[in-house]
Amino acid sequence: MSEQVQIRVNGVAMTVPGGITIAAALLNAEVNGFRRSVSGEMRGPLCGMGVCYECRATVNGRAHRKTCQIVVRDGLEVTTDEL
Amino acid sequence: MSTDISAGASAIVIGAGIVGAACALELADAGFAVTVVDAGPVGGGATAAGMGHVVVMDDSPAQLALTRYSQQLWTQLQTVLPPQAEIMRCGTIWVAADAEEMAEVERKRHRYLEEQIPCDVLDAGRLYQLEPNLRPGLAGGLLIQQDSVVYPPTIAAWMLDRVTEKGGTVRTHTQVDRVEPHCVILSNGDRLAGDVIVNAAGAVAPRLTPGLHIKQRKGHLIITDRYPNFVRHQLVELGYLKSAHQSDGDSVAFNVQPRPSGQLLIGSSRQYDESRAVDHVIVAKMVARAIEYMPAIAELSATRVWTGFRAATPDKLPLIGPSPANDGLWLAAGHEGLGITTSLATARLLVDQIMGRTSAIPVAPYLPSRAASEAMHV
Repeated sequence: MSEQVQIRVNGVAMTVPGGITIAAALLNAEVNGFRRSVSGEMRGPLCGMGVCYECRATVNGRAHRKTCQIVVRDGLEVTTDEL
Repeated sequence: MSTDISAGASAIVIGAGIVGAACALELADAGFAVTVVDAGPVGGGATAAGMGHVVVMDDSPAQLALTRYSQQLWTQLQTVLPPQAEIMRCGTIWVAADAEEMAEVERKRHRYLEEQIPCDVLDAGRLYQLEPNLRPGLAGGLLIQQDSVVYPPTIAAWMLDRVTEKGGTVRTHTQVDRVEPHCVILSNGDRLAGDVIVNAAGAVAPRLTPGLHIKQRKGHLIITDRYPNFVRHQLVELGYLKSAHQSDGDSVAFNVQPRPSGQLLIGSSRQYDESRAVDHVIVAKMVARAIEYMPAIAELSATRVWTGFRAATPDKLPLIGPSPANDGLWLAAGHEGLGITTSLATARLLVDQIMGRTSAIPVAPYLPSRAASEAMHV
């Protein structure tokens, strides 16, 4: 059993299992809209392996991070529904 | 030189890039029955590969006159272009790295003001206020407010739609085999007769008109993901004229452009290289130069890199006017990195000559015959 870590998603604290990806943590919390397309549509993870770029979100202030490729850490800040 | 144009005279324009499209529209407006031929799609060459920066440049007095005149024509055209033209009146900031370059800013400002081109000298404080992502320690810059950014392929398409509305014909994916007096022969053997023939084939113009002093000058561009407001103006290092416009050798320069989508175009490189392939060594140099001026670029995600070919002439001015060698053939080619900017003035100056009209600026510096006489001294 992995340790729990604390992340913040859109300013709200969330306790999630360590060792999982940000994308997994967001989906577990039923956050489905990760970002907006150029035409304003909601987008979320598709491939889960870093190829499709659909799971991008802002992580620790950096836009367009592929959340399916980043493992959660204590204190991580994620903002969805931006670009 | 002028051509006796009677009602219903015909013109064939080879090249559906922005220069060919602008010439075709100007000819259609002058009453010609216009046919445009291109081996590829509309705006598929340098028109699609470049940045779409409408910029006044002062590398030489003739270049300043042409870009200045063309920018005035762009200001008029921009009032009628559709949203797909993606016009952004963001201005250009020429970034000065040190005191020596600030002295050049002053000289540049003087030259621009002589031409009534509004510009503002920026001290370091003002520069960082406008563009906070630039690295600390820069000296300042020169802001040219009227410069703008456009999306050229859709503008070429819009121009050719107007040509079609006026009864003209646009034949894409149609290869020209050769040009004869008053006749264009297609690869399928078809012959298109024209009172006027315009070679506006950009970097491939010499294939159709042998002897033209135009060389393919390769460039690379990078486009990033969307980072709105990361930069707000087109940013070009002031050393651009020294580093990127030298005639020989490979070079890179810091040149970053915001797109309406929030994406950034990052350039630029110049190489005499026939290969279309991306050259990762020069891309790395280009990125390093960009990061030198704007360290946070290192944190951005690039989505695509591509190459294109500028049509470079020895004196960095386009060829606009009658071909010295071929009766009825006119040239509108050799625009190097300024073809988007100078397309509109090119079309106007070319059709002025064809119609025997007086032009708004002297045409002599751009006449193809000057390149021929120059070449004899090389």
